[in-house]
Amino acid sequence: MIRQIRTLFRYRLLIQSLVGRDLKARYRGSILGFLWSFINPLMLMLTYGLVFTVVLPGFRPKTEDPYFLFLFCGILPWTWFSSALLEASGVLIGSGSLLKKVLFPAEVLPTVNVIANFVHFLFGLPILLLFLILFGKLTPAALLLPVPLLVQMVLTLGLALFVSALTVHFRDVQNLLGHILHLWFFSTPIIYSTEGLGENMAKALRFNPMTHLMKAYHDLLFNGEAVLHRGLAATAVVAVLALAVGAFLFERLRDTLAEEV
Amino acid sequence: MSEPAIRVRDATKVYRRFQHKNQFRTLKSALLTGSLLSDLTPDQTFTALGGVSLEVPKGCTFGVIGENGSGKSTLLKLVAGITKPTTGSVAVQGRISALIELGAGFHPEISGRENVMINGIMLGLNRRQVQERFDQIVRFAELERFIDAPVKTYSSGMYMRLGFAVAIHVEPEVLLVDEVLAVGDEAFTRKCLDKIGEFRRRGRTILIVTHSLGLVEQMCDEAAWLRQGQLAASGDPKRVVDEYLLYVAGGEEQLLARERDAPAPTEAPPGRDPNEDQVLHGYREGRWGAREVAIEKVRLLDARGRERHVYTPGEPLIVQLDVDVREPLQDFVFGIGLFTADGVQIYGTNTHIESYRARRAAGRGSVRFVLEEIRLVEGTYLLDVAAHRRDGTPYDYLRGLHSFRVKSHTKDVGVHRPAHHWEFSGGLRLEQPEPRPELELGEGDG
Repeated sequence: MIRQIRTLFRYRLLIQSLVGRDLKARYRGSILGFLWSFINPLMLMLTYGLVFTVVLPGFRPKTEDPYFLFLFCGILPWTWFSSALLEASGVLIGSGSLLKKVLFPAEVLPTVNVIANFVHFLFGLPILLLFLILFGKLTPAALLLPVPLLVQMVLTLGLALFVSALTVHFRDVQNLLGHILHLWFFSTPIIYSTEGLGENMAKALRFNPMTHLMKAYHDLLFNGEAVLHRGLAATAVVAVLALAVGAFLFERLRDTLAEEV
Repeated sequence: MSEPAIRVRDATKVYRRFQHKNQFRTLKSALLTGSLLSDLTPDQTFTALGGVSLEVPKGCTFGVIGENGSGKSTLLKLVAGITKPTTGSVAVQGRISALIELGAGFHPEISGRENVMINGIMLGLNRRQVQERFDQIVRFAELERFIDAPVKTYSSGMYMRLGFAVAIHVEPEVLLVDEVLAVGDEAFTRKCLDKIGEFRRRGRTILIVTHSLGLVEQMCDEAAWLRQGQLAASGDPKRVVDEYLLYVAGGEEQLLARERDAPAPTEAPPGRDPNEDQVLHGYREGRWGAREVAIEKVRLLDARGRERHVYTPGEPLIVQLDVDVREPLQDFVFGIGLFTADGVQIYGTNTHIESYRARRAAGRGSVRFVLEEIRLVEGTYLLDVAAHRRDGTPYDYLRGLHSFRVKSHTKDVGVHRPAHHWEFSGGLRLEQPEPRPELELGEGDG
């Protein structure tokens, strides 16, 4: 793992330019261009917002008001997490020519996915902060935001390495991952809060590392409370563990990557 | 001599083949049965490279030749570090740039300018270095007008040119070239070769994998011939190329022998215009026709009637075709075509063009095409021989199945060496060259 982090650091210039390329290429040719970076989570938020305020108002946690803003706090980091993983799962296969023909540290590619999606997240963040200010919710607690972000970065990177290498050997991972992420989304308190859940359910959700991250985002942004729960520390441990496992699997499969993609 | 730039020691590369059934197993079943790791273990292996050792000294241009599938590209990938040897070791001194696939990693949606930047960084430069070389790269690729257009709008030639330009301007100490010079038009290929020549003069190390034997002879200081993953010969490029050609010629004789026994194999449908083949697919060796007139044996003979494959300029060369005509017929033409190794026609003629009137052919016979003097520069040449109808319908067409080499002390270039001499007058004084006997030849066999 240390070795891989060192490699990634050594190739930071390449990662930086690839992230730049990714961002430039993504919306090239579309009229709204970069605006899509926050229109996408905004739309997701509107969809769920409509469903749970108009269609199914009973399901909405009444304590969380305004609900739209509550949703936005969770959807924005979730979008980063899920898009990064989905893109990472296909990135090695998609870049077969690079792996086969150019001397290239493969771990750069999933890392670029994670970072590029993080940048998208950062683009969306000012909009979120603006809304928070409008509703008078923004407090200095938001300054602690880098803590859960770092944890999420490590976790996402670990999982991205894991799925990207595994997909090369098992193409079904790519398909499976979409469904897993869907399920994961609903198992994470994004559209609901843990307060409204039964005790058993709330306990079960504690095993989901994303639960603690979401709680941190809600605390720091939506509730404006400068608290970092113990759960977040546990999540940090899980994240480092995920990175170790991801890095190990990647290293183990590295030599077969150029042959199998 | 100092440390060699490239040292390959007893390198073996075993590719693992995964058995069919495992390929289609899903992750789920692998996880359920706990066989994830065992599924990642190969069942079958394929040895692409078996214990190859070679050293390329600094500043040497080293050519690797061999048939398709002989392990050339695997060797190159090992040297480039893209794959690791299964056993043995590969050590390279200095920065490598590999011209293996040009423009790999270009992103179609963004401009050439941005792609140059990223590709340069990918090949190991930093941002400032790319900026310094940017103008040179664009000028070399001849893309000044298009550099800000997205790469997806480029023609494939433009794409390759840009890829080559970036790779070559990385200023590697060790340059790996894999058959990439086949892309682009003549002028650009020339330019690439010039650039590689410039590298040579500046004492950089170059490893070239190619099918162009002429290129190996012209540019390389040393060469190696790989046969089925083994080093078959290495050392002086001319000797290696000769050995390779002899081997290939032997293979051709066997191929011909096999085809003679087969009833009527056709590689192209009979009646098809062979020129069409050439235009559409480039020059490809093969044999077709229904063999009403069968060319049973093709021999290349010298003045004394001995079979040879290597000649010197000025010698006569006789192409003798032994034919067998199954049913007597009146409509027949014998033709000969002479090509360079890369498939450019030098000369072509037939008995019909030269107004020989065919009267009758029956049973066995032989045709001798006597080239009174070989007026060609050094290189490898391919022969087409054919028997066909006056309208071109082939009886038996052998394309590129026979080759010969011309060797010479004189390193003149081109294809044809016209009869010529120099004259000087006035204040010019040049000494006559030492008369040198042409190369000792004659021991060649079929």
